Amino acid sequence: MHPAISVILLTTLIGVGQGFFLALYTAEVYAAVELLPRQPALFYVAGSLIAFAFLVAGLVASFFHLGHPERAWRSAARWRTSWLSREVIVLPALMGAVFVYGLVHYLDWDLGIVGIRTGEPSDLSLVIGAGATGLAFLLFLCTGMIYACIKFLQEWASWLTVVNYTLFGLASGFLFATAYAAYTAPSLVAFYGVWTLVITFAAMVTRLASLIRNSRLKRKSTLQTAIGVRHRRIEQKSQGFMGGSFNTREFFHGARPAVFRSIKWVFLALVFPVPVVLLYVGMTAGSAGPIVIAFLVQYAGLLAERWFFFAQANHPQNLYYQVVS
Amino acid sequence: MESRSAARIEVKSTTCYMCACRCGINVHVQDGAVRYIEGNPNHPLNKGVICAKGASGIMKQYSPARLTRPLKRREGAARGANEFEAISWEEAFALLEERLKRIRATDPKKFALFTGRDQMQALTGLFAKQFGTPNYAAHGGFCSVNMAAGMIYTIGGSFWEFGGPDLDRAKLFVMIGTAEDHHSNPLKIAISRFKRSGGKFISINPVRTGYSAIADEWVPIKPGTDGALFLALIHELVNQGLYDREFLVQYTNAAQLVNMDKSSSEYGMFVRAEVPVEEGCFDPQNKLWWDRNANRAVVTHAEGADPRLLGQFQLPDGTPVKPSFQLLVERVKDYTPEWASAITGIPVETIRRLAHEMGVTARDQKIELPIAWTDIWGKDHETVTGNPVAFHAMRGLAAHSNGFHTIRALAILMTVLGTIDRPGGFRHKAPFPRPIPPCAKTPRGPEAVQPNKPLDGMALGWPADPDDLFVDESGTPVRIDKGFSWEYPLSVHGLMHNVITNAWRGDPYPIDTLLIFMANMAWNSTMNTVEIRKMLNDKDERGEYKIPFIVVCDAFQSEMVSYADLVLPDTTYLERHDVMSMLDRPISEYDGPVDSVRIPVVPPTGECKPFQEVLIELGSRLKLPAFVHPDGARKFRNYPDFIVNYEIEPGSGIGFLAGWRGKGGEKFMKGEPNPNQWEMYAKNNCVYHYELPKSFQYMRNWNKGYLEWAQRHRLTRYAEPILIHVYSDILQQFRLAAQGKTHGKQPPKHLRNRIETFFDPLPFYYEPLEAQLTDKQKYPLNAVTQRPMAMYHSWDSQNAWLRQIHTHNYLFVNPVTARAQGIADGDWMWVESMWGRVRCMARYSEATEPGTVWTWNAIGKQPGAWNLDPRANEARKGFLLNHVISEELPPTPEGEHLSNSDPVTGQAGWYDVRVRIYKADASEPEVTSPQFPTLKPTSGQPRRPSWLAYLAGKKAS
Amino acid sequence: MTQLALVIDLNVCVGCHACVTSCKEWNTSGAAGYLSDDRPYGEDPTGCFFNRVQTFEVGEFPNTDTVHFPKSCLHCEDPPCVPVCPTGASYKRPEDGIVLVDYDKCIGCKYCSWACPYGVREIDEHQKVMKKCTLCVDRIYDESLPEDRRKPACVLACPTNARLFGDVHDPESQVSVAIRENGGYALMPEWGTKPANHYLPRRKQRITIHKDELVRADNPLKKEGVQPKPSITEPSLDDVTSW
Ligand SMILES: Nc1nc2c(c(=O)[nH]1)N[C@H]1C(S)=C(S)[C@@H](COP(=O)(O)OP(=O)(O)OC[C@H]3O[C@@H](n4cnc5c(=O)[nH]c(N)nc54)[C@H](O)[C@@H]3O)O[C@H]1N2
Ligand SMILES: Nc1nc2c(c(=O)[nH]1)N[C@H]1C(S)=C(S)[C@@H](COP(=O)(O)OP(=O)(O)OC[C@H]3O[C@@H](n4cnc5c(=O)[nH]c(N)nc54)[C@H](O)[C@@H]3O)O[C@H]1N2
Ligand code: SF4
Ligand code: SF4
Ligand code: SF4
Ligand code: SF4
Ligand code: SF4
Ligand SMILES: [Mo]
Repeated sequence: MHPAISVILLTTLIGVGQGFFLALYTAEVYAAVELLPRQPALFYVAGSLIAFAFLVAGLVASFFHLGHPERAWRSAARWRTSWLSREVIVLPALMGAVFVYGLVHYLDWDLGIVGIRTGEPSDLSLVIGAGATGLAFLLFLCTGMIYACIKFLQEWASWLTVVNYTLFGLASGFLFATAYAAYTAPSLVAFYGVWTLVITFAAMVTRLASLIRNSRLKRKSTLQTAIGVRHRRIEQKSQGFMGGSFNTREFFHGARPAVFRSIKWVFLALVFPVPVVLLYVGMTAGSAGPIVIAFLVQYAGLLAERWFFFAQANHPQNLYYQVVS
Repeated sequence: MESRSAARIEVKSTTCYMCACRCGINVHVQDGAVRYIEGNPNHPLNKGVICAKGASGIMKQYSPARLTRPLKRREGAARGANEFEAISWEEAFALLEERLKRIRATDPKKFALFTGRDQMQALTGLFAKQFGTPNYAAHGGFCSVNMAAGMIYTIGGSFWEFGGPDLDRAKLFVMIGTAEDHHSNPLKIAISRFKRSGGKFISINPVRTGYSAIADEWVPIKPGTDGALFLALIHELVNQGLYDREFLVQYTNAAQLVNMDKSSSEYGMFVRAEVPVEEGCFDPQNKLWWDRNANRAVVTHAEGADPRLLGQFQLPDGTPVKPSFQLLVERVKDYTPEWASAITGIPVETIRRLAHEMGVTARDQKIELPIAWTDIWGKDHETVTGNPVAFHAMRGLAAHSNGFHTIRALAILMTVLGTIDRPGGFRHKAPFPRPIPPCAKTPRGPEAVQPNKPLDGMALGWPADPDDLFVDESGTPVRIDKGFSWEYPLSVHGLMHNVITNAWRGDPYPIDTLLIFMANMAWNSTMNTVEIRKMLNDKDERGEYKIPFIVVCDAFQSEMVSYADLVLPDTTYLERHDVMSMLDRPISEYDGPVDSVRIPVVPPTGECKPFQEVLIELGSRLKLPAFVHPDGARKFRNYPDFIVNYEIEPGSGIGFLAGWRGKGGEKFMKGEPNPNQWEMYAKNNCVYHYELPKSFQYMRNWNKGYLEWAQRHRLTRYAEPILIHVYSDILQQFRLAAQGKTHGKQPPKHLRNRIETFFDPLPFYYEPLEAQLTDKQKYPLNAVTQRPMAMYHSWDSQNAWLRQIHTHNYLFVNPVTARAQGIADGDWMWVESMWGRVRCMARYSEATEPGTVWTWNAIGKQPGAWNLDPRANEARKGFLLNHVISEELPPTPEGEHLSNSDPVTGQAGWYDVRVRIYKADASEPEVTSPQFPTLKPTSGQPRRPSWLAYLAGKKAS
Repeated sequence: MTQLALVIDLNVCVGCHACVTSCKEWNTSGAAGYLSDDRPYGEDPTGCFFNRVQTFEVGEFPNTDTVHFPKSCLHCEDPPCVPVCPTGASYKRPEDGIVLVDYDKCIGCKYCSWACPYGVREIDEHQKVMKKCTLCVDRIYDESLPEDRRKPACVLACPTNARLFGDVHDPESQVSVAIRENGGYALMPEWGTKPANHYLPRRKQRITIHKDELVRADNPLKKEGVQPKPSITEPSLDDVTSW
């Protein structure tokens, strides 16, 4: 597939947004059960604003993918069948929830405003946060399923796709949270840092698993099934046109094989070991700089990872578009 | 989705001209713009279907490559630079009138008119004849004249537009060397129907694409070797007795006795009896058979006689004689399948099997139709019978310098199988069959060319003997292309491919004005492109152009246009009146004559003017007799008026159109002019189709009813049998002349050998001339081209839809051949002949015979031509094979220039070139070579849009 | 229930591209129009087409088959392109099974094209909506056309009649009979999309000639006093025996 920048940005940015929100909320829950120190409201207000901004940025990027963004509202229509439609519903819902979550912290509201008194100061934000958490995971599911549900894109059609989307979102979000904490709540750095390490490791395991899986894929479609001729040796001589078409632009990454292969190593390095080392350095030295760099590096790696994710998917339609003459 | 308002749509029928096939089309016009062009379901040719080109007519009509104004080469600009100024039609006419008047008053042959793949040779030919110049021809000489001459001199008809395979009834169909052909849609319709009715389809071709793709059997053959195959097939058929004896005896000259007396001046000629001969050009029926019953010679077709086909006999006067079939059998004796296999690359068993399949199918699957007919000898037949083996062949045979004999061998193969004008075999199309050879003749010498007089004879004709040649006393050609000379005696379509070279060299003489209509002679229809372009621009010592004045009439900004001194912008086929005339090559069907017309469906663009109108106007201004009254006043208002009222001879009732003649349209073929003829065509799908009675539809060479009908309707002068020339005494006469045995014209010394060799009365196999003169160690491969179905010659690179299908071309090479040179699929490579080389890209193909490389014809373009972006793929990756093909053979040791053509007919030997291939160096640029300078757009040309969204009736972007 | 479809007979398709350009021509000015082209006169011209004809070579010289292969939307009975569309712009008509795109709803997200394994959807780069073969829905029901012309443009154009059109659910229709009797098949059956369009395979005709058919009692050579002879090089006992 041809990796579209808008989609790469969309999926990576909302992933950070989702992960970061989940990090904020995790800290709040831990604090509620007093496993972590409570943070001032500003921590959550600014944090959720930032998470919200990531989600908005992702949404904005996604518009560039559409031929008719002015009609984007229509895309909520088919939630019963279309994961894309579901994503289109869940993403704004999550944005709303995150926004409200921040607002609640800002206004310092609790469940008292609906007449329920629990005594817990952040009970309302915990409830809203719980809802938002559900939405965030739902969004991971939707985003992942957009790709995983297309059965003949065999590289994608696996539960690993959903898991990877989730873990990458969480990893980048938690890493961002670590950096955020380094400036706003140093006491959380270790907490976020360790989670980041754990999630990043998990992501590495599942991503490597998907790479291995993909390298062993057996193509279900072949030229033989594509044109219905039984012969060992079939070669296309002409795809029917010479100057390219939507089918050659949309479904081929167009990069040279060497570039394609090197991008894989680039993302494997940038997403996993490099940020881990930087994070470790930052955590042990107690300085924010390396952690910020760790995030930037990992985000860049994720862009590469997403590029590779698309480029590696070999659409069966490509069987029909091989040769001009 | 609702359909857009149909109310504003008008449907008009006319005739397609996206190729020479001429299908009927219905053009939907919405608010003045062409919305949809569909096949006309009521048209006999295409029955409602259309092809890729036909359906893309809209993009031709609105192409930015259109010329829209008359143009004059800018003062001081070089030819080829494409620098013009727009002028008015009045200026253009004045210029032409002045110049042509002067030429006509002094030496009319200094005006040469050559036309390309046009369909109005009746009018252009008439104009040239009236002007008085012998220098006229159309594309035939570089196209397929071998096919026309080889078959017409044998069976009185031919493939091409003159006849074809009866696939409705055939059981076995053998297609040879055909990629797309003039009978484009009809052939596709027929092949498909044939396959569905269970026939076996064999394709003999070095390449398997297009039609050959759906053949049941593909027989790859080495180019230029089909003659060997046919002769071996005849060998096998004769050896097995798988020939139609009855047919050979009755309908051919196979049983006629040939004089075998070596010392006689009549050696090799048919012996003739003393029978009173009627006056005329046609073959008198006074030859002899050897009757087995009486065991003596009798006049052919004598009542009760049963002639021998084999043996040798002696006439009472002692003359040794043999039936011509005996000579054929002797001829093919050594042409064994084993021999042919080594030449053609086809396995021996395959050759034998092919012969057996043909012979047994012809013999055992006889068709008998309950159609009673009477033969020309007066014998009644209750049925029409046929042997259902049909052939079709085109330029794969024709475009070789041994094509004439190859095609004669094919015609004889078809004859031996008994398949001529019979159901399931070959069928003629009116006005064929013609006498062998047809009656039209060129003048016989230079005295026919006189100032201010029409040419005394036809510019093109059918020589019947050496005296018919168009040469002066010393044997020097009268025509600029040396047609009908001893170099190419039967060049019945002229040699357009040598006109520019000869005119440039002044050999046989210099000319003044060259008018090119609808031919891209600076590019794809010329051989030796690079040098030809120099010649077009070359000047003598005095600084004058060697070809002083070049006029080009074209509809598009072609490469040729850039070399013009004067450009006449033509209309498109949707903008003009036109006729597919019985005087030219009509669109007849097997069942009878068909002609058709074009009627404009949209007005002309800009100042475009139909060339038809230009000729009528010029003819009137020059006061050419056919176009003016005796007092010099203009005779015809315009072209439609001309078509209605012109008669080939006043009062003859024969004109351009055959349908709805007579005052009220009640007559056909012959009848007074009908003022409402155009309306009647318009009302009838623009086509006139006369269906012959069933009993006239077959065996027309010998069908009394048909021949008399044809005579009455003036399709032909004679109602005499047209016996098939298995043995050609016409060719023998030329041979005898070369041997000095005749009294008439004889070849000049240096050509005697050539004539003696190639004017063999029986077909023989020889390697194409260029191959004989090539170092085949160095150049081991054959290079050929094919027509792509979705492109017509060079016309369609300006067509936004079609050019997406063929934007550039590759050289197709068998992987084994390519790998041997280290060439990978898609690599840049060189293809080189002894004449030059071209850089191009390789495409592997398992459907290509390993000794052959090929490409699609005419895809490459000069940068900027056709108003394409100079970076267009056509100019950067597309290439012409023409750059490595020469119009002449290597000069003889005496420095003599002979055309790269068939020595009998002058047919251009396009497919003879020998090449080698090698990988381009990695350091070379990835563009084709040779490269040519970029042409600027000409004045008046429409803007070239960067994107297009055609929506008829709305403003297209 | 009706399922309209095309059946394409590879046994007669000569790869002429008539179906390609007639489709373009009909549809660019039709309900689906326009169909834009980019760089129509420049480098690498490209445009939106609903139907393409491709060429494949099967086997090795000299046993090569050249297969021309036209392809447009197959109007799948279980079209994966439809459920994924977030707007409902892609839909399958219940009444005749035609899969269509409603241009007014389409947001140009291209997701449906990802979900089509056959590569037959093409976005119009200027209208920015997804387009594809409509089975000429604006022709086939148009009562202002004569009945025998109420067929897709490509079907009417095809010179070899390789394109048949009809209801594949009606077992007696021409298309169903053609599929049944000629081994019609669907493309990429592995995905369960159940394409309505079908292809008919190559079918080869052979001639069998028995040795004794070559020579017959009425062999014309006999009339000339000659008997048909085996060729001199044909093997004989002379080649293998030595007494
Ligand atoms: N679409 C389209 N149609 C056209 C034209 C066009 O440009 N485009 N041009 C029109 C014109 S002017 C003409 S003359 C006709 C020509 O129609 P065709 O005669 O079909 O023309 P070519 O494309 O020259 O095809 C020649 C075929 O012969 C094969 N061949 C070459 N050498 C040999 C040989 O030695 N032996 C055998 N057996 N085969 C050989 C080639 O592989 C090729 O398949 O087409 C007409 N129709
Ligand atoms: N290598 C190679 N070369 C070949 C051949 C081959 O097989 N191989 N084939 C040869 C054969 S058979 C032929 S017939 C020739 C054909 O060669 P040409 O007859 O030269 O054919 P084109 O170049 O296509 O067209 C000639 C001109 O007609 C113009 N034209 C198109 N429509 C109109 C119109 O309506 N009016 C006017 N006035 N002009 C119009 C075009 O713009 C073009 O410039 O090519 C020959 N060249
Ligand atoms: S075959 Fe030739 S005449 Fe017929 S539709 Fe096609 S382009 Fe037109
Ligand atoms: S062929 Fe593709 S676009 Fe057409 S219905 Fe099937 S999946 Fe959808
Ligand atoms: S591109 Fe249009 S039709 Fe396709 S999925 Fe998106 S909205 Fe639906
Ligand atoms: S049915 Fe209509 S839209 Fe579909 S390919 Fe044929 S012509 Fe094009
Ligand atoms: S129009 Fe018919 S023969 Fe031509 S490519 Fe299309 S399906 Fe094949
Ligand atoms: Mo031609």
